[in-house]
Amino acid sequence: MMSGALSRRRLLEITLAAQSGALAAAHQHARTASHAAKPPLRSLSAAQAREIEAIASRIIPSGATPGAREAGVIYFIDRALATFDRARRPAYREGLALAGRLRRRMFPGSRSIAALSETEQDRLVAALENTPFFELVREHTILGFLGDPAYGGNAGGAGWKLIGFEP
Amino acid sequence: MSVRFRPADTVDFIVIGSGAAGGVMAKELAVAGFQVVVLEQGPYLRERDFSHDEIRFRQGHLINDWSKQPNTFRSAPTGKAVKQPAVFYGQQVGGGTVHFTGNFWRFHEVDFEERTRWGPVPGASLEDWPIRYADLEPYYAKAERELGVSGLAGSSPFDPPRSAPYPLPPLPLKRCGEIFERAARKLGLHPFPAPMAILSRSYQGRPACTQCAFCKGFGCEVRAKSSTLATVIPVAESTGRCEIRAGCRVRKIETGADGRVTGATYFDPRGKEVRQRARAVVVCANGAETPRLLLLSKSAQFPHGLANSSGLVGRFFMVDTGVTVKALFERPLNDHKGVHVSRVVHDYYDSDPRRGFYGGGGIDARFDWYPIGFALSALPDDTPRWGEGFKAALAEFFPRSMSLLAHSTCLAVESNAIDLDPDLKDAWGLPALRMTYRNHPDDLKVLRFLQQRAVEILEAAGAKKVWHDEVRDFTFTGHLMGTCRMGNDPRKSVVDRHHRAHDVPNLFIVDGSSFVTSGRQQPTCTIHALAYRAADGIVAAARRNEI
Repeated sequence: MMSGALSRRRLLEITLAAQSGALAAAHQHARTASHAAKPPLRSLSAAQAREIEAIASRIIPSGATPGAREAGVIYFIDRALATFDRARRPAYREGLALAGRLRRRMFPGSRSIAALSETEQDRLVAALENTPFFELVREHTILGFLGDPAYGGNAGGAGWKLIGFEP
Repeated sequence: MSVRFRPADTVDFIVIGSGAAGGVMAKELAVAGFQVVVLEQGPYLRERDFSHDEIRFRQGHLINDWSKQPNTFRSAPTGKAVKQPAVFYGQQVGGGTVHFTGNFWRFHEVDFEERTRWGPVPGASLEDWPIRYADLEPYYAKAERELGVSGLAGSSPFDPPRSAPYPLPPLPLKRCGEIFERAARKLGLHPFPAPMAILSRSYQGRPACTQCAFCKGFGCEVRAKSSTLATVIPVAESTGRCEIRAGCRVRKIETGADGRVTGATYFDPRGKEVRQRARAVVVCANGAETPRLLLLSKSAQFPHGLANSSGLVGRFFMVDTGVTVKALFERPLNDHKGVHVSRVVHDYYDSDPRRGFYGGGGIDARFDWYPIGFALSALPDDTPRWGEGFKAALAEFFPRSMSLLAHSTCLAVESNAIDLDPDLKDAWGLPALRMTYRNHPDDLKVLRFLQQRAVEILEAAGAKKVWHDEVRDFTFTGHLMGTCRMGNDPRKSVVDRHHRAHDVPNLFIVDGSSFVTSGRQQPTCTIHALAYRAADGIVAAARRNEI
């Protein structure tokens, strides 16, 4: 059920790095570490995945403990959209278009959600908060953070560890 | 390997459904020497098919599939119903007993004679049952013994009399139970260990519960949950006289020119129509699908549906009225492990005229959340829904929360009904199930009353924060009850006190549909007891050649 020695080791690295106080370094490390084990995207483009991951990372942010990014929530979402939640692909397409329009209006000259600062991302997410798209990403983020790692998210049981759950 | 009958063979009995009632019925009839074909619309799952996968659970495994069997709902008995999930029930061999939480309360004496004790309730059809608690008591005892139930006899001063102790001691106390017990005692209440159909010790070749806590909504992979799948169904099959046909959806109960049942026509797993002949049919398809099937089985002779001369098939539908109150504590409880429900109070079970309305109920202490469900819907409304605050709340609340569930009377109202939608069809081309439902005002009053009692208990327990949802009319439900009620008068009921249809001598109906009142919820134990009792009568009748 747990996704093996690699992810457990990866999580340990993240935790140790975070405990050392070098948070930025830890995030970078986590990104690199998870990069090594990144599965190929099956339903999203790399650009779409970056945008969705940026939103998911504001819903469950990184910090002293892993957030949506380190838990690999985006891989859960990508797989869900390729398998049991295929029907929600259009909702993502339309939602990303909406988020893009909002971003350009709020932050003229910005290139992508992922390229915004965290503060700007928070303002964008706040503006999206009452949309069905936000609810969709929120639900998927929670599923990908707290669901069985077999679905591609919750890397190393990071979400379960946060809440003290043992499967 | 179990026996195989041919559809053209006239077997003694067809049992439709294999849940709390059908599983028991199949076992009792087969052990008594009769040939039985069980038609179950869901799959035949084994322990190896069960997992702790919450995502699969959220996709609705182990229950009916609304994409194939849509429901419609309306709140008033006129007008068009809207397509939406309205009822849910277990859909596999073992039915709802596979995925249920395991609560196993007996009904109390009052539940069978509340019309006499309380009097009529305006706007409702509160009636006595045609049987009393004493008639059912031996069968409650038999259900507890045969299935394996953990509990402590005599621990509640409100318990009805019993002829035997529980076969197994209570399950281990959880933190939520301990907190609840202390607070309830402080308030002068009488908490007792929850009776559960889960093994506290190994029993009849099955192991004790491992406290994994994947009970509600999940199948038990170690067979510690006393489902009919783990208990009586294997016994039925081992007789060599019972064939379980899974994936077979009955579309019609067939009748002959003499007005007697001749068998049933069903879609086999490949969608082919098959007609099985039988001397008698026992319908155990649950409080929603049983009336639907009877209405689908109309014929020239039974133009309003089978067994429906009273016009009451599908009427008096009663639902699972309950309300949860949640609490956060300062220190971790870590209650996500262990059987969900730990302690119960029945101090508010009986109706009390001083309250100003009919009804009563029980309150139990539990933690029955899984991580995703908790994150999506358990946190208080004033918690941030995203960001650092949301993440911090997840970490704080999950290990420090517990809930109390109040479950209560649901009054029978004639206009509340399960019937056939006039427009919508299911994947087999049959009319979809339509639910017409609006709670009697007293249902909501008693729930609000119990909700306040639950708040008091949690405050007495020193909770840091207490929160709950508003009590509203129910539009979606399990615990499907009342739609083919038992009674002595054929004009006012569908089956007699032996579960024989008033209109059809070789048709029997036993499940939640038989209920005249709802009890205080937790109907499974009573469905089992009714099935054991009905089986005794059916076996005796069959031996006298009176089926």
